Amino acid sequence: MITQRVETEKYDYDVVKLFTIMSVVYGIVGFLIGVIIALELAFPELNGGIPYISFGRLRPLHTSAVIFAFGGSVLFATSYYVVQRTCKARLFSDFLSRLTFWGWNLVIVGAVVTYPLGLTQGKEYAETIWPIDILITVVWVAYFINFVGTLAKRKERHIYVANWFYLAFIITVAMLHIVNSLAIPVNLTDSYSIYPGVQDAMIQWWYGHNAVGFFLTAAFLGLMYYFVPKQAERPVYSYRLSIVHFWALAFLYIWAGPHHLHYTALPDWASTLGATFSIMLLLPSWGGMINGIMTLSGAWDKLRTDPILRFFIISLSFYGMSTFEGPMMSIKSVNALSHYTDWTVGHVHSGALGWVAMVSFGAIYHLVPKLWGTTTWSVRLINVHFWMATIGIVIYIVSMWISGVMQGLMWRAYDHYGNLTYSFAETVGAMHPYYAFRAVGGIIFLLGALLMAFNVIKTIGNKTVSTARVG
Amino acid sequence: MNHATIEKSIPLMAILTLIVVAIGGLVEIVPLFYLKSTVVKVDGMRPYTPLELKGRDIYLREGCYNCHSQMIRPFRDEAQRYGHYSLAAESMYDHPFQWGSKRTGPDLARVGGKYSSLWHQAHMRRPQDVAPESVMPRYPWLEENELDFADVGKRMEALSKVGVPYTSDQIAHAVDDLKAQAVFQSDNATLRQRYGERMAFDDFDGHPEKITELDALVAYLQMLGTLVDFSTPQPKTH
Repeated sequence: MITQRVETEKYDYDVVKLFTIMSVVYGIVGFLIGVIIALELAFPELNGGIPYISFGRLRPLHTSAVIFAFGGSVLFATSYYVVQRTCKARLFSDFLSRLTFWGWNLVIVGAVVTYPLGLTQGKEYAETIWPIDILITVVWVAYFINFVGTLAKRKERHIYVANWFYLAFIITVAMLHIVNSLAIPVNLTDSYSIYPGVQDAMIQWWYGHNAVGFFLTAAFLGLMYYFVPKQAERPVYSYRLSIVHFWALAFLYIWAGPHHLHYTALPDWASTLGATFSIMLLLPSWGGMINGIMTLSGAWDKLRTDPILRFFIISLSFYGMSTFEGPMMSIKSVNALSHYTDWTVGHVHSGALGWVAMVSFGAIYHLVPKLWGTTTWSVRLINVHFWMATIGIVIYIVSMWISGVMQGLMWRAYDHYGNLTYSFAETVGAMHPYYAFRAVGGIIFLLGALLMAFNVIKTIGNKTVSTARVG
Repeated sequence: MNHATIEKSIPLMAILTLIVVAIGGLVEIVPLFYLKSTVVKVDGMRPYTPLELKGRDIYLREGCYNCHSQMIRPFRDEAQRYGHYSLAAESMYDHPFQWGSKRTGPDLARVGGKYSSLWHQAHMRRPQDVAPESVMPRYPWLEENELDFADVGKRMEALSKVGVPYTSDQIAHAVDDLKAQAVFQSDNATLRQRYGERMAFDDFDGHPEKITELDALVAYLQMLGTLVDFSTPQPKTH
């Protein structure tokens, strides 16, 4: 007990606890909205003619809730935890820690209020209106200062590899957010992007793809580099590989954006360049996957008994799968089929559910007993959650693969007389069973997350004092 | 340089990271602003009329881009289904662009004139009435809400600051021009003088007595893809 008290004075765990709780809350909210809009696509009457919950207004709420609210809270929680422990130093400023917590939650509340009202910038994954964009920038600068300030206080000479990834994420997201959100305000809520057509498209997807690349990949690799070795109680597989794949990932990812704009009015040189770098990106991506999975070498037996480790390993497997699928889809002839279809939606979810959410669940299960100094309430329930999440994802992805490929093929099908075989409406009709099936996958995934919330609450309230060392 | 040097220094780590992540964007984005071949000018392109602009704002507000693209690719099936592939010039006045990334519904880049305004009214009221397989939600509030157009001049002024060539004359007469297009069979000679002949005039919303949000949205949709004349496809090189 005495060592625990020293730990809590030394480190600021309060802000980590707050973000951890919010990550569970926002995860459920984000998944729930996802289920609702999935059902709206399967059964369009569901919105009842109410503007505030129509698909077009709710879909940005879903993407923002899962990426920025859920993913963001996980990243704040874990980066604040990891940077303190690997630097053996308390967070730089308690004030900045609180500012980032309340500021980030204010951003999310702002999005939750404005999107259903139809207040949007009309750019995918960057829908927040300009006053919220400014608030995001303020919070982000505070985050940067707090993170770097903590690094500066470190008692270790080397900066640990997890922190390279977190730092790259903070720097790059600042750059992307500021450049992409530049707009000229009309009034307090509305604005117009300063960039026209083609240039706006290129900047949007430079932002959009690297929101995936740095928010959902680099930062979560940082998480992985701390929690996987900790949970496996093994050192990182290869230090050299982590150096090579870090710099390669940071350099290559940023080029990949224009693969979202194949065969559009974007000049061909730009989209070809995007595809080329996307294909090269396979190597550093798999470098990270290999480094994570191979950390288990000599400890594979733990997979049989430790469901948290199982979450980490399956997340790395999904990461490997979707970073193979991504470069493949960036090849022009594949993209000609996959673009505009549900295949893309399936690909995003194998990354977002399979990699991001799974690795986050593992981190949350690892963190909660450590932060509150208790023991996990039910390991068996973690295992149930693991299987529900996995089954839910597989149902989701397979439905989208089938509907996406089918859609792409139906659009380009010709009959013997040289006429298009299907009207667009017929292709929509053919999607129905897969949209319904996809919602089933989403519901199973959501139920799993509810089990996690229950387990987390019980673990926090668990009276049994942890026998595990906090350090 | 030994990597240990980098990983012991925060400034070195941060600055090298910033350089490494900046390069790709600089190479791909900056040339688009000065390479003339990026946007080849074509005849017919003009800024949106005030009514179309308000319609486009509603298109953004409702998040239509989540399910509809406005970017036809140069494929045989797309040419047959949607028309000539989209040109860069056709979105040169778009802030933001609305190319979209998903076709849960069909591409709309050239939907202008494809259906009657009466069809659009029925479709917005209940899409399944005209396309039974449709998964589009109903938009009954569009024909109920009166269009708030007092600020349309201010919006055009904001757009002119980011490069849309609205003249001071167009901005000054924004509200009049909007009414001239929205009120069916009103005198629109000066509107056409300011914006040219290629625009839609119709009883867009089926409610000739009032100007609604549906008026604006349908006027916007009926214009999409109709500005460039593809019967004489001679690009002007500057």
